[in-house]
Formats: sequence, C-alpha cells, structure tokens
Amino acid sequence: MPEIRVTPLGAGQDVGRSCILVSIAGKNVMLDCGMHMGFSDDVSPPDGRLTCAASSSHFHLDHCGALPYFSEMVGYDGPIYMTHPTQAICPILLEDYRKIAVDKKGEANFFTSQMIKDCMKKVVAVHLHQTVQVDDELEIKAYYAGHVLGAAMFQIKVGSESVVYTGDYNMTPDRHLGAAWIDKCRPNLLITESTYATTIRDSKRCRERDFLKKVHETVERGGKVLIPVFALGRAQELCILLETFWERMNLKVPIYFSTGLTEKANHYYKLFITWTNQKIRKTFVQRNMFEFKHIKAFDRAFCCPWAPSPSTSGGHVVFATPGMLHAGQSLQIFRKWAGNEKNMVIMPGYCVQGTVGHKILSGQRKLEMEGRQVLEVKMQVEYMSFSAHADAKGIMQLVGQAEPESVLLVHGEAKKMEFLKQKIEQEFRVDCYMPANGETVVLPTSPSIPGGISLGLLKREMAQGLLPEAKRPRLLHGTLIMKDSNFRLVSSEQALKELGLAEHQLRFTCRVHLHDTRKEQETAMRVYSHLKSILKDHCVQHLPDGSVTVESILIQAAAPSEDPATKVLLVSWTYQDEELGSYLTSLLKKGLPQAPS
Amino acid sequence: MAAHLKKRVYEEFSKVVQQPQEEIATKKLRLTKPSKSAALHIDLCKATSPADALQYLLQFARKPVEAESVEGVVRILLEHYYKENDPSVRLKIASLLGLLSKTAGFSPDCIMDDAINILQNEKSHQVLAQLLDTLLAIGTKLPENQAVQMRLVDVACKHLTDTSHGVRNKCLQLLGNLGSLEKSVTKDAEGLAARDVQKIIGDYFSDQDPRVRTAAIKAMLQLHERGLKLHQTIYNQACKLLSDDYEQVRSAAVQLIWVVSQLYPESIVPIPSSNEEIRLVDDAFGKICHMVSDGSWVVRVQAAKLLRKRTAHERAKELYSSGEFSSGRKWGDDAPKEEVDTGAVNLIESGACGAFVHGLEDEMYEVRIAAVEALCMLAQSSPSFAEKCLDFLVDMFNDEIEEVRLQSIHTMRKISNNITLREDQLDTVLAVLEDSSRDIREALHELLCCTNVSTKEGIHLALVELLKNLAKYPTDRDSIWKCLKFLGSRHPTLVLPLVPELLSTHPFFDTAEPDMDDPAYIAVLVLIFNAAKTCPTMPALFSDHTFRHYAYLRDSLSHLVPALRLPGRKLVSSAVSPNITPQEDPSQQFLQQSLERVYSLQHLDPQGAQELLEFTIRDLQRLGELQSELAGVADFSAAYLRCQLLLIKALQEKLWNVAAPLYLRQSDLASAAAKQIMEETYKMEFMYSGVENKQVVIIHHMRLQAKALQLIVTARTTRGVDPLFGMCEKFLQEVDFFQRCFIADLPHMQDSFVDKLLDLMPRLMTSKPAEVVKILQTMLRQSTFLHLPLPEQIHKASATIIEPAGESDNPLRFTSGLVVALDVDATLEHVQDPQSTVKVQVLYPDGQAQMIHPKPADFRNPGPGRHRLITQVYLSHTAWTEPCQVEVRLLLAYNSNARIPKFSWIEGGEVSPQVETSIEGTIPFSKPVKVYIMPKPARR
Repeated sequence: MPEIRVTPLGAGQDVGRSCILVSIAGKNVMLDCGMHMGFSDDVSPPDGRLTCAASSSHFHLDHCGALPYFSEMVGYDGPIYMTHPTQAICPILLEDYRKIAVDKKGEANFFTSQMIKDCMKKVVAVHLHQTVQVDDELEIKAYYAGHVLGAAMFQIKVGSESVVYTGDYNMTPDRHLGAAWIDKCRPNLLITESTYATTIRDSKRCRERDFLKKVHETVERGGKVLIPVFALGRAQELCILLETFWERMNLKVPIYFSTGLTEKANHYYKLFITWTNQKIRKTFVQRNMFEFKHIKAFDRAFCCPWAPSPSTSGGHVVFATPGMLHAGQSLQIFRKWAGNEKNMVIMPGYCVQGTVGHKILSGQRKLEMEGRQVLEVKMQVEYMSFSAHADAKGIMQLVGQAEPESVLLVHGEAKKMEFLKQKIEQEFRVDCYMPANGETVVLPTSPSIPGGISLGLLKREMAQGLLPEAKRPRLLHGTLIMKDSNFRLVSSEQALKELGLAEHQLRFTCRVHLHDTRKEQETAMRVYSHLKSILKDHCVQHLPDGSVTVESILIQAAAPSEDPATKVLLVSWTYQDEELGSYLTSLLKKGLPQAPS
Repeated sequence: MAAHLKKRVYEEFSKVVQQPQEEIATKKLRLTKPSKSAALHIDLCKATSPADALQYLLQFARKPVEAESVEGVVRILLEHYYKENDPSVRLKIASLLGLLSKTAGFSPDCIMDDAINILQNEKSHQVLAQLLDTLLAIGTKLPENQAVQMRLVDVACKHLTDTSHGVRNKCLQLLGNLGSLEKSVTKDAEGLAARDVQKIIGDYFSDQDPRVRTAAIKAMLQLHERGLKLHQTIYNQACKLLSDDYEQVRSAAVQLIWVVSQLYPESIVPIPSSNEEIRLVDDAFGKICHMVSDGSWVVRVQAAKLLRKRTAHERAKELYSSGEFSSGRKWGDDAPKEEVDTGAVNLIESGACGAFVHGLEDEMYEVRIAAVEALCMLAQSSPSFAEKCLDFLVDMFNDEIEEVRLQSIHTMRKISNNITLREDQLDTVLAVLEDSSRDIREALHELLCCTNVSTKEGIHLALVELLKNLAKYPTDRDSIWKCLKFLGSRHPTLVLPLVPELLSTHPFFDTAEPDMDDPAYIAVLVLIFNAAKTCPTMPALFSDHTFRHYAYLRDSLSHLVPALRLPGRKLVSSAVSPNITPQEDPSQQFLQQSLERVYSLQHLDPQGAQELLEFTIRDLQRLGELQSELAGVADFSAAYLRCQLLLIKALQEKLWNVAAPLYLRQSDLASAAAKQIMEETYKMEFMYSGVENKQVVIIHHMRLQAKALQLIVTARTTRGVDPLFGMCEKFLQEVDFFQRCFIADLPHMQDSFVDKLLDLMPRLMTSKPAEVVKILQTMLRQSTFLHLPLPEQIHKASATIIEPAGESDNPLRFTSGLVVALDVDATLEHVQDPQSTVKVQVLYPDGQAQMIHPKPADFRNPGPGRHRLITQVYLSHTAWTEPCQVEVRLLLAYNSNARIPKFSWIEGGEVSPQVETSIEGTIPFSKPVKVYIMPKPARR
C-alpha cells in the first residue's frame, strides 16, 4: 500500500523551529529547517542520506535558521528551494544570527560566515506558481503565503500524490502584503501552521486606527513613541502604516528607524514589489512605497543616556530593535524614556516570558535592571497585536480552498490544535492529525495510475455511442498492456499484433434442455420467434440450416436420441459475447412460452 | 400621414433628380446608392483564392447595406457559401449573414431556412458556432414568431451534443434567448413538442467544459430575464456549482443562486449535517456570504455586489456575530478563553460570519468598494443595521486607497439621517479632517452637514477640529463655513450652552473684540447664528460687538447667516425672508397662462403679436428670477418666444416691401435677427438638461426658419447669382436632412414652415435660386407659429466660478514667456457630460483668446446634477508694462450632430452629405472673472 509519512522534527505541537520530514512515494523531503528563538540547544535535523530536497518557506529564523548547519555541518548536499526574496534576505538574517550567537554569546561549534555562503550556493530559487522538477518524478510548486515578504507555501507532488506545506501564512492582507492564495489543488495532505488555532480576529482596521490614533495623540502632545520591533516583517508594515498616515495628515514630526539590517532588507522590499499587495504594486510607478519620506535613519548616538534626544522639544517616533525589549537599542531607549508619562511604548507583538516587554505588558511598573537599579515606568504601555498569522477562520478558509484529503497541524500549541482539529474534522469531514515532535504519521494513499489509450480504440468507442455522459460509467473492451511501467489500453487486435501472438478463439458452449415434443426445426422456429420478440435491439436470425443466431451467438436445436420429448439446445458463444451469451442461456433455461395453439 | 411621408422619403432616396437645364452641372442633387449585391457578386467571382475572397468580404463588411438590397446580398453570399471550401471564408459569410439579418427594416425569416440548411451540412465547429450565432440574430429579430423560435430551439438541441465547446456554448445561448416561455403553446403542425428548456439547460450544468457550464448558467439567467419562472430544483444544482473549480462558473452560479432565492424566498431547505431547516432565502444568503471569502477576487466582487441587493433586515445581525469572536485585540486575550469560542463555531459553517468584515478587509480594492456599497444599500433600508455598521464604515475612513475612503465617506453621508454618532465615532471621523486630500475633506464636510451629534462635547469637538482644519488648509474656508451652518442649525440646543465659551464672553469683564476678518472667528459666528435662528434665548448671551458683527455678516455672507429676530432691533431683513414655502400652484398657473396667451399669436396683427410676445417674455423672465424651481422652464420658453419675436420683427422690415432685388445694404436688422435666432436655438438645444426629442424638433424648425431668412436676406443684398447656388443647395440639403431626422414628428407640424416646404420640395429642387428665394419668402410669412411643448424636467446649465474670486489687487507676477498656473474652482449645475463639454476660456487684453480643455479627472460629482471643476489653467504671455486683467470664463461646447438620431447605414459609411451641417461651437455660461496678472520681462 503506498503511503505518505510525515514526521515533524520541530514545530510538532509547539511553536517555533519548524522542521518537517515528509516521505512521499519513496522520496524524502525536508520542509523548513529552523531554530528556536528561546533555546540554544543544537538543532537536530536528520542526516542527509534520506533527503532528496529541502525547501524553506520564508526567511524567519525559526524556518531557516539551521540551514547552514544542516547543509555544511551535517553534510546535506542536495538542492534547497526558496523563493527569490527569501533567498535574498535569508543570508542577512543568518549572518546577524551568527554574529549574535558567536560574538555576543560566545558560542562555539557554530557555523561560520563561509558556511552561510556555501549553503546559499545550494539554493535553487523558485518563482510563484512555477513547477520545478526536482527529479524525474518529484516536483515542487510555490504559492503566495502573505506573512512576510517572500513567504511561500510549497506543494510537493509525485505523480498524483501531493502534499502542501503552508509554512506561516496570513489570510488577511495587510498594509504591505496580500493574502495567501492557493488553487483547488486537492492534495492528499495539507500541513498547515496553527499558531492562532482558536482565535478569530476582529477587523484589523480598528486596531490600525487605534494604533495611529495613539501615536498621533502622543506626538501631538510632544511625547515620544517607542515601538520595539523585529527587524523584518512587521516592522515594514508598521513603517508603511505610519508613513502613509504621515503623508495623509501632512504631519511633520520625525520618525526614526534604528539602522542595521533594516536598510539592507528595505532595499529588497523595494525590489520585490511584485510580492507586495495591490496598492503598492499599482502605485510604485509614481512612488515606491518603501522609499520612505518621513522615516529617517536613527543615529546610534541618540540612545546614549547622556546624549540629547534628536529633537529635544518636539515629539517623535522611534522604531528600534529588538522587539521584546530584552536587549539592545530598544531597551536603551526604553530606559531613557520610561520616566516621562508623556511618552509611550507600543508593543506590536508577542513577548516571551522573562523579557522586559513581557513584564511591562503584564502591568509591572517597577523594573529591576542589572546593577540593582530600579526603573520606574511612568510612560504609557500599549499592546497592539499585528501578528501576521492566519486565524482559525483563515485556516479553515485555506483548507476549504485547497480541498485536501487530510490535514496535519503543526506550529501551534497542542491544546489549541486539539480544538482546531475537532473543528476541521467536523466541518470538512477529513482526517486531521497533530503529531508531536518525532512522532510519525502514516497516511495510506491510493494514487491513481495514469494509463494511455490508443486513439483508434477511443474513437471506435465514441462512434458506437453518444457522447460519454459524466454521470454514467461506460464499459469499454480493450487489452491492457503493461510494459516498462507504462499502462496502455489498446484494442485486442492491436495488442495481438504488437505482441506477435496469434488469436485464440475461446468459445463457450452450453446445453439447455427443453421439454418440447415437436421437431427440431419447429423448436428452432419457436426459439427464433421467442428470442425475436424479447431481444428487440439485437439482430436475431434464422439460418437456412435450421440454427438461430443472435448477433454472433449460435443456437442449434438437436433431439437427443434417448428422449424425443426433450430437445437439447446447443448455445455457443465467443468469449467476447460472454455477457449476452450468459443472458441468453438463462433466458432459454426459463423455457419457451407455450406455443399458441 | 406618416406613412405617406415615409413613402415619399424612400421615393426620393432612389430617384435621380436632375435639372432640366444643362447649364449648371454642379447643381445635381444625387441621392442614390449603387447596387450592393451586383458589386459583391462580381467581386466574389473575381476572387481566385480564399484569401482574396476573404479580403473582398472584409471590404464589403465595412460598408452599410440598405434594407431593400439585403435580400439580394444574402442570396449572393449563400450561393458563394455552398461553393466555398475554405472554412475561414465560410465563417466570414456566416457572420455577415448574422450582421445583415440585423439590418433595420429587413425581415430575416426568408433566410432562416437556408441558414438551417447549411448548418446541417457544416463540418467545421467554428463555422457551426458562427452559424448558430447567426440563427440567434435571426431569432431575436423575430420575437413574435413562435414557429421560428421552436424550430431554432430544435436545431439548438440537436447540436448540443457537439464535441466543440464553442458550438455547445452557442446552442445554450440560443436556448437561453429563444427557449419558449410557456410550455402550453399549442403544438405546432410540425409536431415540435415544446421542450422543457430548463431541463435541457440544467443538464449542461455538469458539462465537462467550464465554459459550457458558464454558458448554461448564463442561459438560465437569460431565461429568467425574459420572464420565465425558473424551477426551484435549479437551486440545488446551482449550489453544487458554487464549489466549481473555475471562477467564471462560480461567479455565474452566485448570480443564479441569488435569482432563485428571490423567486422562492419562503421555501424551506434542509441544512446539511443537521435536522434543521431554514428558509431558502436565508440559505442563499449564507452561501453568498460564504463566497465573499472565495479564492478568486472576481467571485468575491460578484458576491459582495449581490449582498447589497438584500433587503431583509433581520439577517443583518448575523453578519456581525463575528464580533463575539473578537480577540487578540488586548494583550493576553487569547490565552484563557479558548473554550468559550466553541459554541460560536457553527457560525463558520453558515458562512455568514463576518462576510462584510471579510469584504471590507479584502486584498483587492474592487471587493472593498463593492462591500462598502453593499453596506450602504443595506443600511439605507434598515436603521438598526445602519447603527451596527457605523463602526465598520468609520474604520474604512482609514483605508489605504483614497477611492475607498471617499466611497465610505459618501456612504456614511447617505445613511447619516438614520444615525447619531457616538462621541468616539465622531472623534475618529473628525480625525480624518486632517487628510491632505481635498476631496476627502470636502466629502467629510458634507458628511458633517447632515450628521446628528448627541452631545455638546461632540459639537465642541467638531468645531475645534474644523477650526484646526481651517488653520491647516485655509482654502477649505467656504466648505467649512457651510458645514458649520448646517451643524448649527441642526443642533441649536447643543450649541446654546457652548455660546459663552465660544464667544469668550465673561460675566463681569468685557473681553477684547475679536478680529472680524479672522476666518476662524467667522466660522464660530456662523455656527452660533445658525443655531440662534431656532433658539430665541441665545441672543441674550451675545455681547455688543457680536450684534455688530452679525449685521456685517448678514450683509456680506447672507447665504451663511440667517435672519435673526434680535431683541430691540428692527428686523429689516424679515421683509425679504427667503423661505416662504414655495406654493407651486399660482406660479405654475401663471406660467401656463402666459404661455397659453401666446397661442393666440396667429390671429393678431404683427404689431399686436410683437407686443404680446414682448410682455410675455418679460413676464417669464421675471418669473424665472422669482421662482428658482421654474427658472428652467421659464427661461426656455422665453428664449423660444424671443426667437419668434425676432423672426416677426425681421419679417416686418421695410426691406421686403421694396420691389425685387435692390441690393440694399440696410438689412442689418434682418440678418442680425437671423444670426441671433441661430444662437438662441443652439443655446436652447444644448444649455438645458432634460430637453426631449419633441423640443429638439421645434428648435431645429426654428433654426431652419432662421436659415431661410438668412438665405432670403443674402439673396436680397448680394449681387450676382453664383453664391446663391451654393446657399440654395445647402439649404435644400438641410431641409432634406431635417425631414429624415424628424420624420416621426412631421405629422405634428401641420401648416408649419417645414410642412409647406416639403410639399413644395419637388418644385424647389428644380427651380432657380431666385424662384426658391421667392417661394421661401412667401412661405416664411405664411407659416404658423408652432407651440413649444414643455418637457417634464428642464434645467438650465449654469456655472459659478468660485476661485479665482477676482477681487485681488495684487497682480499675479510671472516671467513673460513662462507659464503661471491659476487655480480654477467652479461649480456646475445641470451640465450633462461635463467632461467633454465644459471648457475654460482665457481672454487676454489684446483680444487673444485661449481655450483650455480640463482633464476628465478634474471633474467631481458631489451630487445629482451638480459637478465641481477643480483644475489648473496655465497662463502665459509676452511682457506687459502694466499689470492688466485677463478674463476667465467657462464655455459649454456643443456639436449640433450630437442629438440627432443616427441611421445605422450612415455609421462608418461613405461621407454623408450631412457632415457640413454639423456645427461645433461654444456657449459661454458663466460670469467672467477678472484676474489681475503681470508678465514681467525676463531678466538677462
């Protein structure tokens, strides 16, 4: 029995470090190769001998962070598939990650810059909706996924069996990206993320509005707004949001963005406008939205505690990394501004426990900093969720669009997955799985095997009847030739010719005893008239030698010498007429109707 | 009479009229056409290859064919068809047959047999499809003929089994368009049983080709449009198609579902996977809602559009049930409450959950706009829904695309009568006032004009924000004042407690008098005075200077400041009180009476007629000034009477009494009158909206008379015959043209100038110019006055230039030879199609005139019948020594051919003789504004 096996090495019933192993029709594919933000243990991807291809859905480190390790240190030597934006941005992030890990945390046994470069050499870039032939049988196709620039869903297909892996995706469009879209590809299995398995979000617009209003009010008062962000992804959305708002409202208050990776990444955002949403795609001719007018680079000197703020009097907005206020610039600025109640910090996303961000969001007002300092937080603290994952309805929507035979949930918390699983099973009546890390799901499939039919045979069949009707199956006689794992349906004559065989006639003969006192000829006559009256559609003939033919079936009446009162009907038909022949015998066995007197 | 005339027209069409004298060959009036069929036949015989034949056919198709020669042409084509082996040529012939059978005045039943005949022997699928198309054209041309329809339906059914999707498509189209409406039609002699068209079409819902499936649904919709009641069974079939793989099928299926749900709203359908049953209309609603989140945006737009057609109120609630789900807005919201969501999930199944939320957040702005429009429609019909959708609409004010923002503001305005804004909603609405787009701000001002505010804080907030807006964008002054006017008059009681604060009066101390020229202060006063109109206690709170300012503003901005009943002051303005309830009857009666009076014109002597006309015109003009709603009618009739007056006056001139041509030079009055009549008729024709064909005839008739007058005057005053020939011929052509254009109206014009003229037409054609002139002269004097029937609705186009105001003393300085941009802002009333007709004219002091065509995007449409032109005009000139004024005005361009009904055979055909009659011109329709400019010589 053919089957699809799925083993999540990461992201099984948890969020982060996606790495899923799929084996489909004997091909092993690894989907994503990530690391976890919160932990620094060694990633444990499988060794390379199994894998035919690895594909990475987008540039977030929890989806591609372990790629250099996997390809250079473990020794995987096959192709890695990514979309163009991911390919462009991924090395920047990897390098940054490496720097932090090695230079700041002093980790040993980490991959080197050279390894990142070598790894990126193995990357094969794919376009959206481009079908890439990995080998003779395995093909890969990318679909738009929203989420971040270049995020893609991958369809992996061998013959008629296919698996779709969504990666992270977003079904609601945002200020810079469109919504995920997939056609009705009806895969055997859909592996979907389920970060927000239980949430159905309200309108994004009011959140945006609140955000803008809060920022606007604060800067109008002359306060300063700190928005801690991760360098890529949401940051760009918020930038666009603020930029367009500034433009619309004719505001002059400066916005700063802490430099670093962002500038490089913004460069790519400018380039890959085909990956963005309708508005940006349509207006880039006049002006590329990522060429910010109001957002300026942030000078590092500003965040030194002793330096004056960029404009000491008026308000301003600063985007700073990292997003959870656990270190770096954002924390420095936060410490500087926390004391003033005119200021505001807006947390635009999730914060891990233990970070400053988490603490202030939970309402803590006195923070203990290193060196026993206590920082009193007087500034306003706001939470604005701008996460770019599909919510429960979005997940359901995608399942509805793709119409898979079964669904597998990854990248979510077990408890929430359970709930969504139940919902999906209810609504779509498909199997839904949620394996834990290391657990293997085996999915039996019944792949359809394509076979060829000779045109002559098809045409002959067509000529016999009307058009094939979709609702009714049609019977067709032919010979199936299996040769070099090819299946062909040809007419029997052709098959014989091809195989160099002579035709064997196969005839069935059957005797039917009839109680009839009359002569053979008369019996034959009666049989003839009886059959003629019943089989109106068939050609029934009475031959001069006294036998009766129905199509090619021969019926002869004979009188056995021992019993003159019974006649024996010899029915003989060829193999091809089996259906009609057996019908006739059963008909004759019932006896003839009483002869009219 | 009409028939008689028609006959005459056709006779003259084909007649070769020639002057008996051979002296002037140029005077021939040829109105014939060469035989089409003969030429075609020759061409086709000449063709050596299929490509050649195709070329000839293509050429032939470019020219029109008259009704009477269609049959001949068709025969030739058919003959060639049988001989032709090349399918492309046959295809072209088949398409030509279809085109020809559409010719007006040709009955195609004679070619139907042939068409069906050739259909049976045709092998090429493309040609087959084209032939079916031709049959469709024939069938639609003969809607009454049941037998033909049955026969065509039969043919269509036969070809439904074709292997080509194109043929099946056409067959379905044919069935949709011609399928018999009633099954009870008596069975015809041929024994063609009336088929169940719906069943046949329904079978093709499951065709293997998506294009055929789409065609089947469309055919079904077509049946519905033609009035056939669709069976309810179709609903289930259509529902299955909602999950089709192809977007065009889904899109059509959504429509079909909507149609069926309107037909059987109360039927009960079971909910799958449960034992419950719901009404069909609800089920369909849920399904359409579900389609708002379809994968294809084409389907989403379609679904969102259909949602707006809903009328049921009670269902509106479920749309927003999604509100119960909302989470993720607050920190830590999603963690503990998951289990609560369980109960709500069944809403996902019904699909209705947040359909609008989805539509409003869609990726494609087309879907968003459709969703906003749908919201608007629903909200207008249901106040409770309007309340609910407010939040969502307000959110749309922040959309990234301006069009969507604008649309949602307009929507809000349309429903604002039903709703009262909460303070927080008002706050978000007001936040948009800072938008840098002028359109958005003005739309918002309009919205605020008709918004209900619930609290005095709300009013205060609105005022503060509007003043902020004013400070930021001073050009919004007028719009803001107008907005505050309405805000004040709508909420007098809310304004009252704010007055002391707004005027910054103090119970004990006198405060400084504010600056009277400050637009912000004026804005505050406008709000207060308008509130004070219905709030008599308010003036007591005013300080002295407020009263002074009131008097000043009442004079200078009388349209913004109402008359107030102020204590201790004589109310001078009450005499003029503008808002007497318009009592239509007396003025309407007066109008009718004055116009009826004119009917007796015929029986008066010229002197009396002139007097009657003069004072009627005066009356009408006065009436128009007094009653703005009758102004259009009054002006229109006055203009017509003025024409008549001018005509009478011109005919009264002494000139005519002088024997024979004296070639006098003193006929200025007559020729001036002719010219003026022409101008007036153009104004009548093009400056009024709502003019119908009835009026156009009369106007053209008047113009014809003016032309006759002109001809006579010319004949009288010029020496020599030569120029007269040309004029005569042209005049006769115009008569001919008039007759052809308005043949249907001729019966109403008995005894008129043109009626008499047409009777004498044959004679005129053969006469010498001198005779023609003589005949015309007598006829012009004898002809009766035609009454102008008044149209239902008539409005005169008018324009007001708001900007430039023309009051500035500071000249606009610029370097000569370079350009300077002048902002022009004007409102246009009752202008049809302003994008193509309204022009801006700039007149320089040296008489140089410049015409500027504004871009289509410069026109906005704030309301029915109103337009706004905001554009920039570029001025340039060589150096002047002194600053000087240029005049800017708006012109209405017209083209005299625009209103004339077109004949199918003239279109794109040979150069028609009427071309020279098309006159393009412009009518100034705004007061000119003077702008002071100063081009300085360039410094070297």
